[in-house]
Amino acid sequence: MTSTIKDRTAIVGIGQTAFGKGLDASELSLACQAISLALDDAGLAPSEVDGLAMFSMESGREVEVARNVGLGDITYFGEIGYGGGAGCGAVGHAAMAVATGQCNVAVAWRARKRSAKGSRPWANVNARLGGSNQWTRPFGLLRPVDEVAMLARRYMHEFGCTRDHLANVALAFRKHANRNPNATMHEKPMTRADYMKARWISEPLCLFDNCLETDGALAVVLVSAARAKDLKQRPVYLHAFAQSIPRQHQVMTNYFTDDPLLGPSWACARLLWQHSDFAPRDVRVAQLYDAFSPLIPLSLEGYGFCGRGEGAAFTNDGALEWPNGRLPTNTAGGGMSEAYVHGFNLVLEGVRQMRGTSTSQVDGAESCLVTSGEGVPTSALLLRR
Amino acid sequence: MESAFLLPDPDDDDAADFWRGTARGELLVQTCAACGQRRIPPRPMCPACRSLQHRWDKLSGCGTIWSFVIAHPPLLPAYQALAPYNVITVALDEDPKLRLVGNLIARPDGAINEIDPATIRIGEPVRVVFQQVEDVYLPRWIVGRGQ
Ligand SMILES: [Zn+2]
Repeated sequence: MTSTIKDRTAIVGIGQTAFGKGLDASELSLACQAISLALDDAGLAPSEVDGLAMFSMESGREVEVARNVGLGDITYFGEIGYGGGAGCGAVGHAAMAVATGQCNVAVAWRARKRSAKGSRPWANVNARLGGSNQWTRPFGLLRPVDEVAMLARRYMHEFGCTRDHLANVALAFRKHANRNPNATMHEKPMTRADYMKARWISEPLCLFDNCLETDGALAVVLVSAARAKDLKQRPVYLHAFAQSIPRQHQVMTNYFTDDPLLGPSWACARLLWQHSDFAPRDVRVAQLYDAFSPLIPLSLEGYGFCGRGEGAAFTNDGALEWPNGRLPTNTAGGGMSEAYVHGFNLVLEGVRQMRGTSTSQVDGAESCLVTSGEGVPTSALLLRR
Repeated sequence: MESAFLLPDPDDDDAADFWRGTARGELLVQTCAACGQRRIPPRPMCPACRSLQHRWDKLSGCGTIWSFVIAHPPLLPAYQALAPYNVITVALDEDPKLRLVGNLIARPDGAINEIDPATIRIGEPVRVVFQQVEDVYLPRWIVGRGQ
């Protein structure tokens, strides 16, 4: 199968607000700030923007964003669902819209305020439960971490993953954040002992197996590959894009399928590599969605960096760490140590790696895998120089 | 009515018969009337043959622990009061790919925080009991097969 969008679009601008907790600005204001910065980075005028792609959970709507930032006539807009699965999807939809001529300059973004009312998925305590929640919530499986911990325990049981493997993940990303001045955990080193004595949140997962809670916004600007050559930044080409809802999937509580440990990344990876000139062995840097540490071994397996059940062992010997690891991963600190903005910060770090401007720059990397949420309907991008 | 616990709507479109079953002390599984495939959670259409017809089969109520977590704070107040407590997923004997989430308890009227977490084992056989919480009967699980 031939992809019609391969290398036909490029990310030419990136922008992000400061990361913090309890920022004053609204989600809409944060979105507008990040988009504005991304347009400045690209050297494009707001009036040239005619395409918008965003998370369906975004509280600042397209109309408001366009009115605030002073965008031109919009001829493409679209939304991607399922929270953390949507980041690469939004960028991919923007790319498809540009590649097919539905628009010329597209913006994709994510703005988030964790402190915002109702922003926690388990915040709604008033209504009687219908749908899938009635099979888990009544029994006290309340938070995303509880839902992932259930799969993590099974994964540890089936494949010999240990807390030391999960610590490998947390420690690698913390080290990268320690090198990134914009990261929440920039000046906060962590040791294996710190990890091991951290309080439990949902056993087998402790505090440091969880992502941060962060307010902030990030945006990217895409144009055609031809147009990108005339702009001020080194173009970062969108080489391949895929999404997936695997068969019989249930969002976050995928316990009812034949093999619950075969998550959405498996189906997503199949299409991504089919559309790509690169294979996993060619990829030397990755940004993998890390709302929770066990998602990393699962994603390493799903995207083909190792065999089934080998994801935990893959993390040994500093494999995820810059500069000498087999696959330096989440080189800005990821959701666990840079910021948790629903994984959109991973997209921007992928762009910086391809520009050569990461604070943990991987020398000679020609491509970078970026993934969105494992455990939900998901998406992935392969970026290239 | 606002409940301290998050409870199912016993009149849910797809699951009302399941919750009527638990109120009678029966563990029911939705089964396609056309091709016989069982499905959890219940839903309107059979994914194997697209039939809209189904029946409810009574299961033995026996299974094994497939996985479990021990939840610690921060949690919603009613649950936080019980923390740390266990949540288990049970693979049902009739088909280990049919699973239900529940809690392990020590006795039929026991609480979900009474079992020592260090004693919970994946693969342990369990049997169902039903506990009333307000107007709903929730399936919970006790180690062992006998009464
Ligand atoms: Zn059927």
